[in-house]
Amino acid sequence: MGEINTKFVEHEYDYVKPASLDEALDILAEKKEKAKIYAGGTDLLVHLKMGKGGDMEVMLDINGIDELFGVTKSEDSVRIGGAEKIWVLETNPVINELYPALAKAMSLMASVSVRNMASIAGNFCNASPVADTVGPCMCYCGKVELKSKERGVRYVDATEFFVGPGRTVIEPDEILTAIILPIPKENTGDSFTKISRVRPDIAKISLTCVVTRDGDKVDTCRIAMGTVAPTPKYFDEISEALNGKKMTKELIADTADALEAAIKPRKKSRSSTPEYKKAMTHLMAIENLEAAWKASGGELA
Amino acid sequence: MSMHEITLIVNGKPQKLTVKSNELLLNVLRDKLFLTGAKYGCGIAECSACTVLKGDRSIMSCLVPAVAADGWEITTPEGLVVDGELNAVQEELVNKGAIQCGFCTPGMAMTGTACVRENPDADEAFVRDYMRGNYCRCTGYQAIVEAILAACEDAKNGKRV
Ligand SMILES: Cc1cc2nc3c(=O)[nH]c(=O)nc-3n(C[C@H](O)[C@H](O)[C@H](O)COP(=O)(O)OP(=O)(O)OC[C@H]3O[C@@H](n4cnc5c(N)ncnc54)[C@H](O)[C@@H]3O)c2cc1C
Ligand code: FES
Ligand code: FES
Repeated sequence: MGEINTKFVEHEYDYVKPASLDEALDILAEKKEKAKIYAGGTDLLVHLKMGKGGDMEVMLDINGIDELFGVTKSEDSVRIGGAEKIWVLETNPVINELYPALAKAMSLMASVSVRNMASIAGNFCNASPVADTVGPCMCYCGKVELKSKERGVRYVDATEFFVGPGRTVIEPDEILTAIILPIPKENTGDSFTKISRVRPDIAKISLTCVVTRDGDKVDTCRIAMGTVAPTPKYFDEISEALNGKKMTKELIADTADALEAAIKPRKKSRSSTPEYKKAMTHLMAIENLEAAWKASGGELA
Repeated sequence: MSMHEITLIVNGKPQKLTVKSNELLLNVLRDKLFLTGAKYGCGIAECSACTVLKGDRSIMSCLVPAVAADGWEITTPEGLVVDGELNAVQEELVNKGAIQCGFCTPGMAMTGTACVRENPDADEAFVRDYMRGNYCRCTGYQAIVEAILAACEDAKNGKRV
């Protein structure tokens, strides 16, 4: 391995900090992939220090753009500004009330100082299979709002956003301006757990589950996992198989079996074997399905 | 590569500087302002030796481009000392024997200060969770946690944090 000196950034680039979204989109429209967005820098600066800056010519600091910040609740959804800091979001009352699994996932990320710097859009756009905010947003039927100068605004389901490790549908001239989460229906419960080597470390494996209850039946169920595939993954068929069924311990066990069979972990990743990940998937599926069902007000015989 | 005129408000004092776009806040603090309290450990946000405060929140100066910090109010470990007096967290780190080689100590003082300011009613679990990103190779953490808990008490008794 070549010597890497993380004391400096050797990569050379220009720095710009536009004060408006239009200005930022103009720069991106012109520079395309030569411009790289700087939000919290907790992924970008690490890449730059590791000599993985590619052909970046411009660092575009989006922290001067007011409309990329804040949490706004409307009648049917909550809009989370893309550049908003993880610590602001994890302590936000609306997010804690409506999306506790997302708040929990964020509070378990990294360390307090990283969370003071990092943004939610950065977590999505870095597109690591680990990305902790993604599973909860997928399970809450979240949408990603993307803006560009040429094509205006478009919305992509969180479940359709990722194409491969480090790759998303985002075009080089686009900014992720917001994550939009619909307001959950009544009798919705959720749960998130993550296993890592030590607390500030990234996940070996994570699982989110969101269930909406209809009496003793499942109205809808959504399950997503981190670090078991090249991207964060939503399990559509396995989740939807629960819809309309009476919730029982057997149903939960069957779902855990199905998830364990469905995941295809890499041979060796983050020092955990595929066997370990499969065994943990089974346990975590049961744990989270039970917890989400209870949180939705349901009882388990 | 672009050059930038910036103003950092460091330990309450505005500092006008000219920086290159790829210079890092940690290096500017250490090499241009000669504030060597914040340390270079890992360079990739994993150890917290380089922690400074932006307002009352802790950040890692090894990952911040100095130009992006234009206008920020930064406190370095030196800034916790007022008129020659340590703040409560620094003093308790000394009192509790929480310092061995001392390399992690400035970062501990910074994150610890943020912790006490955020929640002076913190219990041990809160402190350990808050400090989870600050690595120490020497002490085994026990004395550091005790020091921060003691600083919480001091803060409630009116001592400066
Ligand atoms: C020590 C350490 C621990 C970590 N632990 C965790 C963890 O436990 N869980 C976890 O999920 N992650 C973890 N991370 C990764 C990282 O902190 C997160 O992914 C974070 O959310 C990234 O946000 P950022 O604002 O810092 O992104 P940046 O580094 O600023 O950007 C990341 C990427 O996204 C692009 N980008 C940023 N914002 C936008 C936007 N609005 N529109 C389009 N593109 C954009 C950037 O150009 C860049 O390519 C860790 C990182 C470190 C250094
Ligand atoms: S030197 Fe900044 S976190 Fe280690
Ligand atoms: S006292 Fe030596 S690293 Fe903490």
